[in-house]
Amino acid sequence: MGVDLKPSAKACTSVKPLMNGSRMLVEALKREGVEVIFGYPGGAVLTIYDALYDGGIPHILARHEQGCIHAAEGYARVTGKPGVVIATSGPGATNLVTGIADAMLDSLPLVVFTGQVATQVIGSDAFQEASIIGITMPITKHNYQVRDVSELPRIIREAFHIATTGRPGPVLVDIPKDVSNAMGWFDDQAEVRLPGYQPTVIPHRMQIRKVLDAIRAARKPVLLAGAGVLHARAQDLLREFAERAQLPVVNTLLGLGSFPASHPLFLGMGGMHGSYAANKALYEADLLINIGARFDDRLTGNLEHFAKSATVAHIDIDPAEIGKNVPTDIPVVGDAGEALKMLLEEGPEPGDAAEWLAELGEAKRQRPFWYHDSDQELKPQRLIQMIHEITRGGAIVVTDVGQHQMWAAQYYPLEQPHRWVTSGGLGTMGFGLPAAIGAQLGRPDALVVAVLGDGGFQMTMQELALLKEYNLPVKVIIVNNQALGMVRQWQELFYQGRYAHSIIPNLPDLVKLAEAYQIPGYRAKNPSEASEVLRRALAEPGPVLVDCWVTPGENVYPMVPPGKGLHEMVGVTP
Amino acid sequence: MNRILSVVVNNRSGVLNRITGLFLRRGFNIQSLTVGTSETEGQSRMTIVLDVDDERTAEQVIKQLHKQIDVLKVSDITDLPIVARELVLIRVNSPLQTRSELTALIEPFRASIIDVSRDTVTIQAVGSPEKVDALIFLLHPYGIKELARTGLTAFVRGNDVASEAPRPYRNRVLSI
Repeated sequence: MGVDLKPSAKACTSVKPLMNGSRMLVEALKREGVEVIFGYPGGAVLTIYDALYDGGIPHILARHEQGCIHAAEGYARVTGKPGVVIATSGPGATNLVTGIADAMLDSLPLVVFTGQVATQVIGSDAFQEASIIGITMPITKHNYQVRDVSELPRIIREAFHIATTGRPGPVLVDIPKDVSNAMGWFDDQAEVRLPGYQPTVIPHRMQIRKVLDAIRAARKPVLLAGAGVLHARAQDLLREFAERAQLPVVNTLLGLGSFPASHPLFLGMGGMHGSYAANKALYEADLLINIGARFDDRLTGNLEHFAKSATVAHIDIDPAEIGKNVPTDIPVVGDAGEALKMLLEEGPEPGDAAEWLAELGEAKRQRPFWYHDSDQELKPQRLIQMIHEITRGGAIVVTDVGQHQMWAAQYYPLEQPHRWVTSGGLGTMGFGLPAAIGAQLGRPDALVVAVLGDGGFQMTMQELALLKEYNLPVKVIIVNNQALGMVRQWQELFYQGRYAHSIIPNLPDLVKLAEAYQIPGYRAKNPSEASEVLRRALAEPGPVLVDCWVTPGENVYPMVPPGKGLHEMVGVTP
Repeated sequence: MNRILSVVVNNRSGVLNRITGLFLRRGFNIQSLTVGTSETEGQSRMTIVLDVDDERTAEQVIKQLHKQIDVLKVSDITDLPIVARELVLIRVNSPLQTRSELTALIEPFRASIIDVSRDTVTIQAVGSPEKVDALIFLLHPYGIKELARTGLTAFVRGNDVASEAPRPYRNRVLSI
C-alpha cells in the first residue's frame, strides 16, 4: 500500500500513523490514560487481543464476563476513573448486561468494548451474533456501533467524554470484526462533536440564593447527600456547608462516606433500613435539600408520606432527576461540587433550628441500631462491628447484596469517602467479589474487605482465582447464614414464614473451596473464634477467605415495610 | 391531554429505536409519531403527539428526551401557533349510485378521490387531526374498508410569509 503523506506544514506537526483498528483502540486507550483493562477474549476480538499482547496496558482476565464488568465498577467506584472492559460478541457481550445495568443505575463511568461479527454478516444471525446495541440501549448512557475504522478514534474519545462528564454512566462501543482488522489513519487529535450533549455544570445563582433563603426561614431543615457528592469529590465542601448552615445530614446508601459518620450533625443512612433519626428527619422536615441523590424508592418509602410538609430543594447534574419522583420547589441543575462552592460563596446562614437539632440528637442517642448479642452465636451485626474494630474503620468495604449489605451499611461507620463499594440501584447479587477485585486493583495499597453473603458469593465465586493469580490481598468475609437472608426475612415478615426456596442447602465447604484456589481459608462459628480468625486474616499478607457462620434467623432492623412511609418503621427498638 | 413535541435528532441509525425505547422504558404513551428529514442535512425532525396525564409527566418526557445524546432539540409546541397536518387514506364502499353524493360530501374537506374501483373509492385528505376525524365520522355510514393515517406532523408557524413555504429539499434515504 502506497503511503502518501502530503508535505504540508500541518502534516509535519501531526502525522497520522497507519494502523489497524485494533492497534488504534490500544493507542486511543493509552491516550485516555487507561491503566487497566478488564476483559475476556473470543473470536470477534482476536485482533484486539493481538494488539493488547504487547500493547503495554495491563489486562485482567476474569473468569466470566460478569466478573470483568463488576471489577470495572469496583475500580471506577474507588478511583473515580472510568472502568474499561473488553468482551467478545454474542455471549461475551450479553454476559456484560447485568453489570452495565448496575453501572447505569449507580451512575458509574464505564467504557465497554464489545466485538461484533463482521459488518457484511450483521443481521444474518451469524455465529456469536447478538444485537448488543439494541440490547443495551436502555441500560447505557449512550452506545455506538463503529461502521468504519476511520470513525474509531473519534468514537472512543466521545465514549470516554460521555462516560465521565455530566452524570457519569456506562458507554458501550460495539466494534465489528472487520473494523478492528481494517487499516486506517489513526487520528489522535480526533475531535468530540456532540451538540446534543452539553451538561450544565455551573448552577444558576438565583436558584442557589433561593436555597439559602429557604435555609434561613427553616426551623426543621435536613440535608440529604447522595453519591453525586462523591462523584464531584465534594465531601469537604459538603461538610463546610453543613457546618456553616447548621444542617443535619442524612446519607443515601450510595452516599455513605460523603459525610463523616462521627460528625455531630450526621444522622446516618435514610430509607428502608436507615436509622430512626435519619428517617424522622426526612419525614418531619420543613426543608429538605437533596444534593446528588435521586430519591430512590428504597430511600423515600411510600412517596405519599415522604417529606410531606417540606419545601424541597433538589441539586442534581441530571435535570431529568429533578421532579421525577418528588415534586421540587427549588430546582438546581449543576454539579454537586460547583453548587456547594456557590452556596458557600453566597454565605450560608443557619435558620432557627437549634430545637430541631437537639431533638434529632436526642433521637440519635435514644434510638441507635440494636441487636441482641450472644456469646454462643455469632451475630452478623457483631461480626461487622468486629471488622470495623480490627480494621480501625479504615478499610475499603465492598459488599454484595442482601442482609449483610444492610448490616455493613449500619455497623461500619465510614469517616472517609470512596471506601464504600456496593450495588445500590440494581441490587445485583454476585457483584461483591469481582467489585472487590476491581477496588483492590484501583487502590493497591488500601485494605479491601469484601463482606459477602453466601448466596451472592456463589454467583461469582469463580473469581477467587484472580485473588491468587494477581496476588490481591482482598479479605473475603462470608456472612454465612445458609440462606438468601433478605428473601428469607421478607418471607418471614410478609409471606407467613413460607420459606419458598430461600434456604440454600448443600453449601460447599468454603474453607476447602478457598484452599482449592490456593487461598488460606478460616472458619468461625462464635464470637471468640471470629475475633481470633479475623485478626489472623488481617495479618495475612495476601488474600484470605473467612467463612463466618452467623445466626441463621437474624433479621435486619429497623425496617420500613414495603409500601409504607418512613414514619411507619418497625423494629426501631428491641 | 395531548401534547405535541417537535424533536430534532441526529439522523443516525438506531435513533428511532432510542426514542421509542425510551417511551417504552419510562412508560410514556405515544399517540402518534412521525419522522422525516428536516431542513438540515444529517438531522431529522420528529413530531410526537403524547398522551399524558399531567404537566409533570410532559416535563419528564421532555427531560428524558433531552438526555438522549442524539437529540438536538425538543420543543413543546402545543400552545404555540403551529402548522399541523395529517394525511389519511380511506377506502370506502361506493357503489355507482352513491358516488356523486360521496363526492359532494368530501368536497368541503378538500379531500380527493385518488383511486376508483367498481365498488369502492379511495379518498385522500390532508388536514388537522380534528378535520380528519370529522371526515372519517362522516364516511362511516358508507362502510370503511380500509384506513391509514400518517400521524401528525407539525412545526411552528413562521413570522414572515417567506418561511411558510417549505424549502425544496432533495429526498434522501432515512437511516432511522
